[in-house]
Amino acid sequence: MNEILLKNACVIDPINGVCGELIDLCMKDGWITDSVSEKALILDAQGYLTLPGGIDSHSHVCGTKVNFGRYMSPNDMRAGREVSRGIMHPISGYSVPTTYANSYRYSAMGYTTILEGAMAPLEARHTHEEFMATPLQDMMANTLFDGNWNIMEAVHNKDLKRAAAIVGWTLSAVKGFGIKLTNPGGTEAWGWGNDIQSIHEEVPDFGVTPAEIITTMIQANEMLNLPHSVHLHCNNLGMPGNYATTLETMDLAPDLNEKRQTLYLTHVQFHSYGGSTWGDMDSRTEEISKKLAACPHIAIDMGQVLFGRTTTMTADGPMEWRLYTLHHNKWSNHDVELETGSGIIPVYYNRKNLVNSIMWAIGLELALLARDPWKIMLTTDNPNGAPFVRYPEIIALLMSQKYRDAVSHTIHPRTEHRVPLFALDRELDFYEIAIMTRAAQAKALGILDQGKGHLGFDARADVAVYPIHIDSIDPARNYTEIEEAFKKTLFTIKGGTLVTRDGEVIVEEKNRTFWVDPQISEEYDMTIDQQFRTQFDHYYSVRMNNYPVSENYIPRGVCIKTKTPL
Amino acid sequence: MKVEDAICAFCGCLCDDIVVEVTDNQIVSVDNACSLGSARFLEDQENRLKGPIRQEGGEWRDISYDEAIDATVSLLLEADRPLLFGWSSSATETQAAGAHLAELIGAVIDSTTTVCHGPSILAIQEVGHPGCTLGQVKNRAETIIYWGCNPIDAHPRHMSRYSTYPDGFFIKNAFRDRQVIVIDIRKTESSDIADIFVQIEPGGDYAVLSALRMIVLGKGSLVPETVFGVAKEQLLHIANLCKKTRFGALFFGLGITMSRGKHKNVRNAIELIDELNRHTKWTITPMRGHGNVYGSNEAFTWISGYPYAIDYSRGIAFYNPGETSAVDILRRKECDLCLIVGSDPGAHLPHICSSYLAQIPTIVIDPYPNATTHLATIQIPCAINGIDAAGTTYRMDGVPIKTRKVITTRYQCDRDIIHTLYERVKAVKGHE
Repeated sequence: MNEILLKNACVIDPINGVCGELIDLCMKDGWITDSVSEKALILDAQGYLTLPGGIDSHSHVCGTKVNFGRYMSPNDMRAGREVSRGIMHPISGYSVPTTYANSYRYSAMGYTTILEGAMAPLEARHTHEEFMATPLQDMMANTLFDGNWNIMEAVHNKDLKRAAAIVGWTLSAVKGFGIKLTNPGGTEAWGWGNDIQSIHEEVPDFGVTPAEIITTMIQANEMLNLPHSVHLHCNNLGMPGNYATTLETMDLAPDLNEKRQTLYLTHVQFHSYGGSTWGDMDSRTEEISKKLAACPHIAIDMGQVLFGRTTTMTADGPMEWRLYTLHHNKWSNHDVELETGSGIIPVYYNRKNLVNSIMWAIGLELALLARDPWKIMLTTDNPNGAPFVRYPEIIALLMSQKYRDAVSHTIHPRTEHRVPLFALDRELDFYEIAIMTRAAQAKALGILDQGKGHLGFDARADVAVYPIHIDSIDPARNYTEIEEAFKKTLFTIKGGTLVTRDGEVIVEEKNRTFWVDPQISEEYDMTIDQQFRTQFDHYYSVRMNNYPVSENYIPRGVCIKTKTPL
Repeated sequence: MKVEDAICAFCGCLCDDIVVEVTDNQIVSVDNACSLGSARFLEDQENRLKGPIRQEGGEWRDISYDEAIDATVSLLLEADRPLLFGWSSSATETQAAGAHLAELIGAVIDSTTTVCHGPSILAIQEVGHPGCTLGQVKNRAETIIYWGCNPIDAHPRHMSRYSTYPDGFFIKNAFRDRQVIVIDIRKTESSDIADIFVQIEPGGDYAVLSALRMIVLGKGSLVPETVFGVAKEQLLHIANLCKKTRFGALFFGLGITMSRGKHKNVRNAIELIDELNRHTKWTITPMRGHGNVYGSNEAFTWISGYPYAIDYSRGIAFYNPGETSAVDILRRKECDLCLIVGSDPGAHLPHICSSYLAQIPTIVIDPYPNATTHLATIQIPCAINGIDAAGTTYRMDGVPIKTRKVITTRYQCDRDIIHTLYERVKAVKGHE
């Protein structure tokens, strides 16, 4: 029996409305309980800030394109190498670290759960192989459907049930968690080197529009009763003037779910640009935030940019090509047949560059302008805006206007004419930060039922203790200390096991993978659908029998079976 | 019993439509495979080593698995600068176990990449890689270029499964709608079936790639009348075709990675593709040789950060091909032990390297006796990926497929052997 008694914990647990109470937390066999025996390991939290384990609701850490980012970047590997210590493997990489580096660094920051932002179904095995090598976090895979031919055919035929059945079959086959749409329709157009400019423009050869794909997938998602909502990377990422596309997309979403949002928009920083060229680009966060406030059924994440070097990677192949034509740096692309695309280029976000300075401001504005912290999750779209190890910097910026002002003197001087950031005096408190880094994620991903994101009885015993006394610090002035405190926990406990102490990983853990298995009747089962099978074997380059990922890739899988009307 | 949709893990094509007929746990027939694949399933089975063997004083003797493992563990513990080489015929589970063994003992780990597409990786690390999965080529490509490779001999079903002959979603009649260009220094069986054959004088790939880039860039007037034996007129024609095609795919082989220029040739080819993407859609794909050589690059990368030639001797993963690659370490006579998994360096590495293997303890984990056997101290036969073992295998385009086990034998899987070595060595090190 594995028991822990964590004494003197200053707990913030927004799901249960707990705000800074001194509590002794009991943990037994992986779960929070009301008591433990005398044999329990006793840890003294010393009155430090104690939160549920951190949850990243959009991060690129495992799979084909992430690994290709490593493969093509020995320079980045050298920028983050560390020798083996204790039970830790030697690790490499700064912006695209090796799997163990990701896992150790996230754990040192108190994170215990990660949603991989984009998995191409055809290459799902690769993602799951890397999940197994990311031992300290429970994992989930957003599964890409943005350019899926079978889906587009069903959308074209206005056959919602078939679209849902295809999603259900695919998620179950590849052990995916939710529906991800990346530049819907655009990744198919990129098969011919093109892109889609508007959500009402037809995808070449398929006779459907991004708007139709998005709305059908939202309905299919709810028909399948998936824990998470549709997770959307909007069209026109990174284009000046794209805020109009984002607003138009938000208008598409109906309100269909009582427990969580119906549409999750990711890395909205990259989708909140005004202007018509890079020369007149400006921030449109006020419009986006106003719309967000009017849409209780939409939640977003930030996609914050921080200055410095990183690697961009996305399924949005045409966007990476545009970025390449701007940066002329090395460019990788990987189209995935019948499904999606992807691209990678390294970037340097330069504080002396006006566009980069505006991007930096926009992410922060989204968080500060959103009145409801449950609707805006803290992310960098790791590693696209910045590597996740820099989350503490974002927390400090959100908690201190003084810090933001200090940075404002170092960035492009014209930034203030293009962004509202410096007029915002809002400073977030610890409770809001706790919402934006774990509680809101648990709700948005639909994993509260798995005990994630809170510390009430029957919660999963994922706990992070940060070495800071919240009553005796003024984050507005002592932002450096805030940043330091969130970099390294005193304790990270995952599933009731103390995994990290003072930032050092002390045990070899084994993680779990959440995946969904919608229950679908034979009538809608694609495994035996002759048309589906025939098309599959004609157009894919692998046989349909070799496509599904077997459960031995998910040795500690948590299968979420959902009821469907299909 | 018929096993449908079995996977042939011989080459990077990873054909997954093989039908294997098994009677009394013996493979009796194979359908859909090429001649190389059929031989792997059928004839090669008779050539397998029966059990572990050890060479002492020029004599071979049969030993038990236990003795082979004990001896290997002792040798690994005694080694000061071990080299772990091969890996490209194993599943990624084995490759990952190998990388962890290398971490544990501070070894250098390298795969056969080092003597095939290592230069391609160096080029990709300089300029990136615009690629795609093979189904994208099948469904869309109007123009195919094979450069410095001979798929009919080396990847016999590549043309029929992925590039040239299959009809695709947008290619309703492959025979009519596609054109194939073969570029090589000699006529081959592949060039015989090409719509256009470009014959370059040996050593001229870099110059011809540069000439095509110049033409695509609009600087064709600077190109001389012939470039390493290729008429300018032909280059203008090809460049024009490439710009006008709706989707093009370039495949390249060792003809450019291992000839003069090496990774600079590949870089030039990638930059040609980058340039063509300003006009239309093009992708480029290396013709990977061993069935899972790409898997070794993938597994080594997620574990160490680097695709091959990784040196753990200083406790960190250190990568410097040319210094930390197997050929260089052997040529410098630097390693004092070599563990070889599923490859035949005795046949494929320069003589100076392979002859050195005979001077140090060399342990081979491989199902078959081969040229390296004669240089080895110990050989441990193992089960074969896709025949009597199953595991994850990466196709040349990065698509991971799980192989199927079609028969059951008494051979241990190489993954289990490496795991055992790891645990045994770790147990001893833990007590030190």
